[in-house]
Amino acid sequence: MRKSLVMIAPLAVAVLALSACGGGDAAPAETATGSASESATESSTGGGDAAGASLTIWSDAEREQAIKDAAADFEADTGATVTVVQKNFEDLRADFLSQVPTGEGPDITIGAHDWLGEFVESGVVDTIDLGDRVNDFEPVTVEALTYDGQLYALPYAQEAVGLIQNTALVGEETPATWDEMIQMATDAGFAERPFILYTAGADGDMYTSYGFQTSFGAPVFQQDESGSYLAEVGLGGQGGLDFAQFLYDNGSAGTGYFTNTVDYDIGNELFASGQSPFIVQGPWTIPTFQDAGVDVAVGPIPSAGPETAAPFVGVQGFYLSAQSSNALLANEFLTNYMSTDEAQQALYEADPRIPALTAVAEEVASDPVIAGFLESAQNGVPMPNIPEMGAVWDFWNPVQIALINGEDPATIWPTMVGNIETALAN
Amino acid sequence: MTINQDDAVRPARAAEPRQPREPREPRESHARSWKGPGGGFLVKLLLMMLVNAIGLAAILTAYRAQSWVILGVMVVLLLVADWIYFSKRAVPMKYLYPGLIFLAVFQVFTLFYTGYVAFTNYGTGHLGSQQQAVDAAMIQNEQRVEDSPSYPLAVVRDGDELGFAITDADGVVSVGTLDTPLEEVGGVVVNEGGTPVEVPGWEVVPRADLFSDADLQAQVTSLRVPVSDDADDGSIRTREGSTGTVYLSTLEWDAAAETLTDTATGVTYSPDGRGSFVSPDGDRLAAGWYVGVGFENFQRAFTDSAYAGPLLQVALWTFAFAGLSVLTAFGLGLLFALIYNDERLRGRKIIRTVFILPYAFPAFMSALLWRGMLNSEFGVINDWFFLGANIGWLSDPLLAKIAVLWVNLWLSYPYWLLVTTGALQALPGDVAEAARIDGAGRWRQFRSITLPLLMVSTAPLAIASFAFNFNNFTIIFMLTGGGPTFPGASVPLGSTDILISAIYQISGVAGGRADYGLASALSIVVFIVIGVVSALAFRQTRKLEEI
Repeated sequence: MRKSLVMIAPLAVAVLALSACGGGDAAPAETATGSASESATESSTGGGDAAGASLTIWSDAEREQAIKDAAADFEADTGATVTVVQKNFEDLRADFLSQVPTGEGPDITIGAHDWLGEFVESGVVDTIDLGDRVNDFEPVTVEALTYDGQLYALPYAQEAVGLIQNTALVGEETPATWDEMIQMATDAGFAERPFILYTAGADGDMYTSYGFQTSFGAPVFQQDESGSYLAEVGLGGQGGLDFAQFLYDNGSAGTGYFTNTVDYDIGNELFASGQSPFIVQGPWTIPTFQDAGVDVAVGPIPSAGPETAAPFVGVQGFYLSAQSSNALLANEFLTNYMSTDEAQQALYEADPRIPALTAVAEEVASDPVIAGFLESAQNGVPMPNIPEMGAVWDFWNPVQIALINGEDPATIWPTMVGNIETALAN
Repeated sequence: MTINQDDAVRPARAAEPRQPREPREPRESHARSWKGPGGGFLVKLLLMMLVNAIGLAAILTAYRAQSWVILGVMVVLLLVADWIYFSKRAVPMKYLYPGLIFLAVFQVFTLFYTGYVAFTNYGTGHLGSQQQAVDAAMIQNEQRVEDSPSYPLAVVRDGDELGFAITDADGVVSVGTLDTPLEEVGGVVVNEGGTPVEVPGWEVVPRADLFSDADLQAQVTSLRVPVSDDADDGSIRTREGSTGTVYLSTLEWDAAAETLTDTATGVTYSPDGRGSFVSPDGDRLAAGWYVGVGFENFQRAFTDSAYAGPLLQVALWTFAFAGLSVLTAFGLGLLFALIYNDERLRGRKIIRTVFILPYAFPAFMSALLWRGMLNSEFGVINDWFFLGANIGWLSDPLLAKIAVLWVNLWLSYPYWLLVTTGALQALPGDVAEAARIDGAGRWRQFRSITLPLLMVSTAPLAIASFAFNFNNFTIIFMLTGGGPTFPGASVPLGSTDILISAIYQISGVAGGRADYGLASALSIVVFIVIGVVSALAFRQTRKLEEI
């Protein structure tokens, strides 16, 4: 007994030492490359004796392979090694924010444009310059990734929710207004649930519903003439109240079309099983519906109010770390390899989102589903990329649910606007 | 209890005769012996060589990365380890040392680091050092000069001096360095793309060198070659080493005064003591750095009127949730344990196994599953048990609380079933028998004999369970996300939020503006609350042992 214990103890120390350096040396290892080559260059005055430099790129699972494919040419041309690290898309933002300042972050990360404000405030992103190539991108995608007049990422895809309809039930024609849509569905025998509003269950989801809100003329933030968002809440006023009334009228206190029970899976299931002919959702749900054998048509979101329904447009891009030790290589990769038509086409094939390059977008728009989402996106406005947006969701989403549950729009909507303004002022 | 103590002592007594009566030299330790199976000392030597090798590797890595603190700590740890395992005098430490290191790395360090962050404003906009904030300000300020064309560019060097050679639209090649503005040179060979490939007096740096040499890359990306003697004309910079564009930066960093000055407007931005550069007019530069803020985070947690009301509600519910969770799960677990401990019951082993199943599922999965089942319109709970009524289990404040408690009960009663079954089987049979002979009924036996004896061994576990549920983030986050939200509240908190999930919400770690300083301060407060409650409770349980 004693013998085995005595022998285990040093073993435990060995394991411990292993784990200790596992935890501690990630940082040193990466910075070590920098200082090691530094000493190498001092002796040989910049001789190319250092083994090929390496780029680290963070990506989510869907796009990992496409990036690797695009990187193959780059690796062959430059001798550099590209390491693609796969992470959950949701984790990219927080990990990038916390790791770049410590020097452990990647050189490049994939990301959504609404993270930009926070990235700029935290000083973790570098600007990029696409030269004249910038004119080849859809203007909305460049605008979305621009902050204070500077472009911070290479845009590669845009996406917006659109109205998806079951053509077997209500035909091909996209309704132009809310009333028209309800009429179509009622005629087809779906008076009880003519339309599926995704609300993330009882959490609320104003991202999906934003098109209806803007059709009442109530943007989340005021915009200046150039389209840049001001930190001035636009939810107040008559338009906002009208929209609140609209939610109330179609919630449990009114027609009952809107419920607080539809989460992502339930909403998709209801549509895929033909229990309702209309849903507002993004391009990412299309495979689910097609796998279920539903023939879909996609179009712009119908107006519920007097104005055009403008959904949020989300833009995906490649951000460059401000602390990258391979900035030159990373820029070369982004501007000369990832921004080519071929690379963007490959990314589209790996994960079908509307390409940001106009030429590639037009090419893939021969697919009517993509064309429908593209049309919806062209009505849309970029989701605000100012950091104030984070505070808005926390108040906005629950109020959507409260209105659907039948609470008085005239009191809770103005309270929400007040709360958002207070939160922004802090 | 006395019986148990006897049991514990007995083996020792049995070993007694083997002890030699006369004191003599203690037998040599296996770890020093050269003989015997395995040659104990050789094995130890090998293991310690491994430890030293790994330790040295870590020290070298730390040295190269210039992480002096890690280096120092590793050296001390390694020296102490060597002394302990080769010394005769440190026998207890041979057992304790690995555990102590784990304690230091995973507990003490985390604790102190959280404590440190609680006194800073670490969070969105204040993530890095001041130097990084300056870098960011420079990056964000440096604008491409409007209508500046992109020139084909080659990086050139003369010894240590780096420069750029660019070709303008007329095919004229100019060379410049950091100190000397662009100047036309003759006799240059350019390729079909217009990029200079041979420049007299300069060596054109091959692209391969650029790509393989991180240090050179850094020099090239930071090099700015002035277009002319007038700084307002801007300077050439390259991002990828093959094209140059004119950029203009108007910010100047004065490291001595720690100020950034905008040369175009003359405005000076100076540190405001809170990790931001602020102009006299109150304009703030976007990027900041983190600084110590003293007790401000703690003050905010207690004095901000927007938080006070909702946080009090949340705190009360946290105590109720943790307390009720333990009570209900303990009660149900004990009830089942009593029932299925009866030897007359057939197949009780199988039944007990089935009961334990919820414990075997990952809690977050069960919570998600229940979330679906409790859906008011499509969930099976309403469909099967409530005749399809639309009961808002997750949207009504009271029902949501009941639902959370119910799901937590389902998740945690198997634990108590396990624990109490074990404890029941360890209870001495003779005490119960004596009580029976004295004429005590079943209830009396349970209340006066079984339960008190049971509590001696299970009360500490109940306290631990309370502390666990106090911070049971998983079930709240996965089941209700804290909702339904307090109507009209000025902070985004809800009826089922417990303190730990409220911290997650308030600190914005989920998305939006993260405030890790405030989050750390609040978690320290929660830590203190749990610590005090547990200490008081343990004091109470000592009384239980005085039977």
